Amino acid sequence: MSSSHVIRIENLRKVYRVGKVQVEALRGVDLLVERGEFVSIVGPSGSGKSTLFHIVGGLTPPTSGTVIVEDRDLARMSDAERTRLRKTRVAFVFQKFNLLPTLSAADNIAIARHLSGNRNGADPQFRAVLEMLGIANRLHHRPSELSGGEQQRVAIARAIVNHPAILLADEPTGNLDTANSQLVLSVLRDLNQRLGQTILMITHNPEAAAFGHRTVHMRDGRIVG
Amino acid sequence: MIHKLVWENVRHRPVRTFLSALLIAIPVTLVLTLVGLSEGMLSEARRRANGVGADIVIRPKGSSFASSLSSAPIPEALVDFVRKQPHVRLATGTVIHSISAPLTSAAGIHLEEFSAMSGGFRFVAGGPFREPREILIDENYARERNAKVGAVLNLMNLDWRVSGIVEPGKLNRVFVDLEELQELTGNRGKVTQIYVKVDAPENVPAVLESLKSQLEDYPIYAMSDFISLFSVDSYPALKSFINVMIGIAVVIGFAVVCLSMYMAVLQRTREIGILKSLGASKGFILTLILREALLLSLVGAAIGVGLSFGTKWALETFVPASLSPAIVPAWWPRAALIAMTGAALGALYPGWRAASQDPIEALAYE
Repeated sequence: MSSSHVIRIENLRKVYRVGKVQVEALRGVDLLVERGEFVSIVGPSGSGKSTLFHIVGGLTPPTSGTVIVEDRDLARMSDAERTRLRKTRVAFVFQKFNLLPTLSAADNIAIARHLSGNRNGADPQFRAVLEMLGIANRLHHRPSELSGGEQQRVAIARAIVNHPAILLADEPTGNLDTANSQLVLSVLRDLNQRLGQTILMITHNPEAAAFGHRTVHMRDGRIVG
Repeated sequence: MIHKLVWENVRHRPVRTFLSALLIAIPVTLVLTLVGLSEGMLSEARRRANGVGADIVIRPKGSSFASSLSSAPIPEALVDFVRKQPHVRLATGTVIHSISAPLTSAAGIHLEEFSAMSGGFRFVAGGPFREPREILIDENYARERNAKVGAVLNLMNLDWRVSGIVEPGKLNRVFVDLEELQELTGNRGKVTQIYVKVDAPENVPAVLESLKSQLEDYPIYAMSDFISLFSVDSYPALKSFINVMIGIAVVIGFAVVCLSMYMAVLQRTREIGILKSLGASKGFILTLILREALLLSLVGAAIGVGLSFGTKWALETFVPASLSPAIVPAWWPRAALIAMTGAALGALYPGWRAASQDPIEALAYE
């Protein structure tokens, strides 16, 4: 693997067992992602996009194949090792924002910092990121007091506060109106361009997919283009 | 940060928090009330025994200090015998007869002798009994029975006129003439116990030894020793009862917290998924649930302490003569520990469930 590849996936398979039925979610996926790349992944429901994300993000182990993230093979990792991976090296942005409702925006970001083991709060440059995200003056509000667009930008801030190697965005504009979708996509592109953040983004929307450097198409658990 | 998360979780659902804490508070209140009652009743017994003013007490043969006396097996002639001993200034016999077992009794006293020994009653209203079927009652009994001087109370299936109301703290709450009570209870010429006043404190040990040697089968105590025996440690059954109540409190705390935290974990399935997606370990999730349960138990313990003041007030207001509750601050940390033990045990299963949750399923939870 070239050192510029932050993700290398070879012949990845994932089989779920639902009752007595085995469901083959991924059927031999191969994918290379370079450091600093912004890759859009599109495909119909059930094509295996989310399963691919969950494996790359260390939320679930692969059934077989190779998944190398930053020179570490996720297939050989224990549950605790994958948990450690999620603390600092990969981060998620979800369609439903998934902010903790009891905490303010600032504390939602701080909890990610805390879980990474850093007790010193965000570094000074992070303030500039918050300005770029346009939420610097909304940090003391709870998620219920923020618009969808603001919540998603807080979720992005939370995701990048620990400088992850990979940002996994799962339908980040799926719950947003057009204006907010454009704003969030612009933010993701800015993060990629200004900070060199590697981003994998699942989307159904071709316009959203166009924000990436390239688009990967999935169908029936395989990459088809 | 974890403290903040715990605090915000508790604050975010005030009704659940309040109800859980209240349910935890109930066994805490029960334990504190029971301990308060034990300590209060014993303290009251000490105060009343002390109020007699005696230096030595002679109890019936075969009785222990803890025996509840309601018979009169000591021949009254023994009082005269004691009275004639060197250094004995006063001796008086009393009869104790239960009128509403086991909490209230009537004391038959020789009023002049008893007054001389105890320093006399302080009358709040009325005066000493002079006629048959007259009684003295203390303020607490008067309040419980809502009785004033001149009121007629039915005790032992007989009507008694209240001749006076006295300040509490001397032997008993209800007093009648010794001879009258002896007649009524078929104990003519007999007494329940004998109180002895010695001419000088330094002579008490000698008189005590002398009486013990002459009255071998009678339990005889220096009053100071007798009073010191009124403690929970001297009543094994009471200690066992308190321990059983503590056990019940732990079980209730366990059940309440288990149910409450189980519901909380279900409610917060998605939040647990979010934390896991951020890299929260199983230990972090388990700690989160345990700390929340412990916080609930501390709030519950604080409410329980507050409620124990309420039960004390209720008992003193409605049954001031029968029960004498006390507030025992030394038991507050123990009650909190009992609540925390129950809560920690109760939070283990929900905590383990939360920690073991699959993050993908948790994130998909609606």
